[in-house]
Amino acid sequence: MDWLFFGEISLAGLAMGGLYALIALGFVIIYKATRVINFAIGEIMMFAAYLFLAFAGGLEMSPWVALPLAVLGGSILGGVIEKVMIRPMLGESPISVVMVTIGVASILVGLVELIWGADPQLLPRFLPREPVFIGEMYLAPKIAYGFLIGAALLILYLLYFRFSRGGVALRATASDQAAAYSMGINVRRVFNLAWVFGSLAASLAGVLVAATGGLSPQFGAIGLSVLVVVIVGGLDSILGALIAGVFIGWLETVAGAYLGGEYRMPATFAVLAVILVIRPYGLFGTHEIERV
Amino acid sequence: MRIGDAKQTYEADEAIWTSPTQKFWFALFLLALLVFPLMANAYLLYLGCLVGIAVISTTGLNILTGFTGLISLGQAGFMGVGGYTVAWFSLNTGLPFPVTLLLAGLLAAAVGILVGLPSLRVKGLYLAIATLAASVFLHFIFAEWESVTGGMGGLSLEPAHLFGVTFQSDFRMYFIIVPLAVLMVFAARNVFRTRIGRAFIAIRDRDISAEILGIDLLRYKLMSFALSSFYAGVAGGLFAYFYRVVTPESFPLSMSIFYLAAVIVGGMGNLLGGILGAAFMTLIPEILKLLTAALTPFYPNAPVFMSPMLEIIFGALIVGFLIFEPHGLAEIWHRIRRFFSLWPFRN
Amino acid sequence: MVFMAGLDYFVCGSGHWPDVYDNNNNHNLLVCEAKTERSWLCFLVPGVRGGILSILEISNLSLSFGGVKALQDVSFRVPENTITTVIGPNGAGKTSLFNCISGFYKPQQGTIRYQGEVLAGVKPPARAAMGLARTFQNIALFRGMTVLDNIKLGAHVHMKSGLLSSLAYFGAARREEMAVRREVERHIIDFLEIDHIRRQPVASLSYGLQKRVELARALAMRPKVLMLDEPVAGMNREEKEDMARFILDIREEWDVTVLMVEHDMGMVMDISDHIAVLNFGQVITEGLPADVQNNPEVIKAYLGNSDMDSLRKKLNPQREVA
Repeated sequence: MDWLFFGEISLAGLAMGGLYALIALGFVIIYKATRVINFAIGEIMMFAAYLFLAFAGGLEMSPWVALPLAVLGGSILGGVIEKVMIRPMLGESPISVVMVTIGVASILVGLVELIWGADPQLLPRFLPREPVFIGEMYLAPKIAYGFLIGAALLILYLLYFRFSRGGVALRATASDQAAAYSMGINVRRVFNLAWVFGSLAASLAGVLVAATGGLSPQFGAIGLSVLVVVIVGGLDSILGALIAGVFIGWLETVAGAYLGGEYRMPATFAVLAVILVIRPYGLFGTHEIERV
Repeated sequence: MRIGDAKQTYEADEAIWTSPTQKFWFALFLLALLVFPLMANAYLLYLGCLVGIAVISTTGLNILTGFTGLISLGQAGFMGVGGYTVAWFSLNTGLPFPVTLLLAGLLAAAVGILVGLPSLRVKGLYLAIATLAASVFLHFIFAEWESVTGGMGGLSLEPAHLFGVTFQSDFRMYFIIVPLAVLMVFAARNVFRTRIGRAFIAIRDRDISAEILGIDLLRYKLMSFALSSFYAGVAGGLFAYFYRVVTPESFPLSMSIFYLAAVIVGGMGNLLGGILGAAFMTLIPEILKLLTAALTPFYPNAPVFMSPMLEIIFGALIVGFLIFEPHGLAEIWHRIRRFFSLWPFRN
Repeated sequence: MVFMAGLDYFVCGSGHWPDVYDNNNNHNLLVCEAKTERSWLCFLVPGVRGGILSILEISNLSLSFGGVKALQDVSFRVPENTITTVIGPNGAGKTSLFNCISGFYKPQQGTIRYQGEVLAGVKPPARAAMGLARTFQNIALFRGMTVLDNIKLGAHVHMKSGLLSSLAYFGAARREEMAVRREVERHIIDFLEIDHIRRQPVASLSYGLQKRVELARALAMRPKVLMLDEPVAGMNREEKEDMARFILDIREEWDVTVLMVEHDMGMVMDISDHIAVLNFGQVITEGLPADVQNNPEVIKAYLGNSDMDSLRKKLNPQREVA
């Protein structure tokens, strides 16, 4: 066995996993606060990446201006989706709400295709190009720097939720909506904020992932990988999202490299199936006590 | 106007059609279905067949998702099992279509039971994701098990046949698809007149109470999975006979979402809704095609926009119905009927 | 066999099931027992209704969720053909107890005997089939069905038709459905006076009617023990009186044992034959309504402190001065 190759692949996989962790974090924030499983997260990522393409490519802005603008655009999109389409569904069955997000995903795919066309596109390069070596192992620079930016935001998020006022409100709402409401927390605002924050994380990850692998209206399918991550980690667990994100990213890359691209999805979904059977609420998710 | 329909017996009270008016309209509808292929052109016939297949599959998914409350993203996968079963048997055995279709349904039901097995431990959306996993695996099997499925190229098959008659035209396929669709919708209707259908609904509404009231959850959830995927399998088998080719891309994930959308737009937990939803969702792309064709002389680019517009309309329909008309087309239909049932003596 | 001359009844046997014979056959008896090592000593209390055998016998039941102890060492019995009520403040574990009997919760310790048979390991649907029927505290009707279908669902365990005959709705399945319809109409809908709403979706009904439909559904299960979780909660006076009458009639006409959880003390004292009091997951006392009513432990459990004067003083020291 070629250990160097394995190491390089693993490294690339772990870096990809870091981005999965970031997206999963966005997913979990939304789920924890609002109990909505957001099937449109991949499409929100895609939308932000296309915005970046428009700003940096079409309008020829500096990528370092375009990136925050695109991420901002993605976050606003998240907030708008919550306000216009998710809020009216408050109190409806989870199935219906999930279907709304699926509908949103479909709308976004159509919009993107309508505006930017169906052909795959490459994002303008904006990350440093010097190859990165860790020991002897080579790591593609866009993956390495993408990982670093993603990790920076991730740490920022964790600090924010731990210490800030908004973070506390979010956590309070997640643990008990009614109690949070009665303590004067504006639960509606928290819901909206959760969507904005969740979409922000997803948007940044979207641009970074698209920078390494290109962009097309099918890009949103990455949402399926993220779904696997959050189910394996546990829908309401931030720790689970981080660990499962890194693991699934690694597994997908390794399976893809050794078995072939067609094995990427079945490999991760096999893990998903096993987890569902032995730990239905994910590795770190909370098992809710059922009542009659 | 419907008044004075008092019944003498419980049998009469529990009949599907409780008034002569209803029987009359239904007979008229059946007659229209019968006459339709004689009058329709090739394109309308093609649409009629498509709607028929969609009605069967939507009814199946409605049983599982609409009535039992188990959301499934695996419908396309189950249809694929049916499609490949029909293709394989017709290529390798030459069995007549009633047998291959039955086998398609049964095999799909078996796969459905397998997929449903986690449903006792895994609930709600976690179950939806388990069905998603199943559809990923099924797609993988369709693409990779080349000796049976023909790999990415898929399988081409001979037309359906029975007693020496081959059904190679849409006209003839219509007479397989539509009667089967009517039959299967009625069978589903019957299930919901008995204890099994009540058990399904009870599981949807309150699974824990249902269990305490004597309903074996696993047994009935699996039964619902089996029944639903049987319908999907038959629909997939008809799909195979209709297009005479099946490939892994014939049954994409978006097809599962299409059927979920049909159930929602039609009305979850309402068989009539399933029929309306299936027809509506099948016809929308066609209407859009007509519209595009009409627009092309003025906007040469129109065909480019058709596929994204379709995505947007699909999404908007799902979202719009869920927000504004959660009971779907069936509710709209009932409103219209209520209006006319008192007409012209409206208050 | 021990023969006790001069008494109207005598007790014989040892072991779990005391054999008791009623000399006059017309006495209503309540058995209070003290358990010794392997035998039962029975005191028969004349003048109280109820069978001798306990249809349901709960012994040393303990249930906890994580660190929360919902039930601790709960033991009591439900004599056959009585109306037995479990009372206790909110959170005392009454509904948890019902859920254990239904088989939804699995107690960590203790046994539940039903007609002499230990229920551990029997799944909830099987318990329903054995004749343990119940209603729920927060009304668990199936909102997507009509009243009639809700009631018919109760008969589920007594029906046999399979999937194939259901799909065809022909022969056995049809006959069975019609038989159930007939039974439900004649014995339940008529009896509970809900014939005017049979076609309505349950969501459109008033609270009191919903409770009645739930009762109807439980009756369709052909119960031997009918467990009612707060049957009159939230009802107005008239509805309460109706319900009390129904419960008494059911016991009389259907020959069932009623096990009830209820907060309405007026009704509990009026119709119960036997009462068990639960507080903080433990049985405080058990006995006749009159005895329970005057038990100081019970008063304390409900009011917190029986010494109301000292409580008042504590709360309002100023007024005392003035």
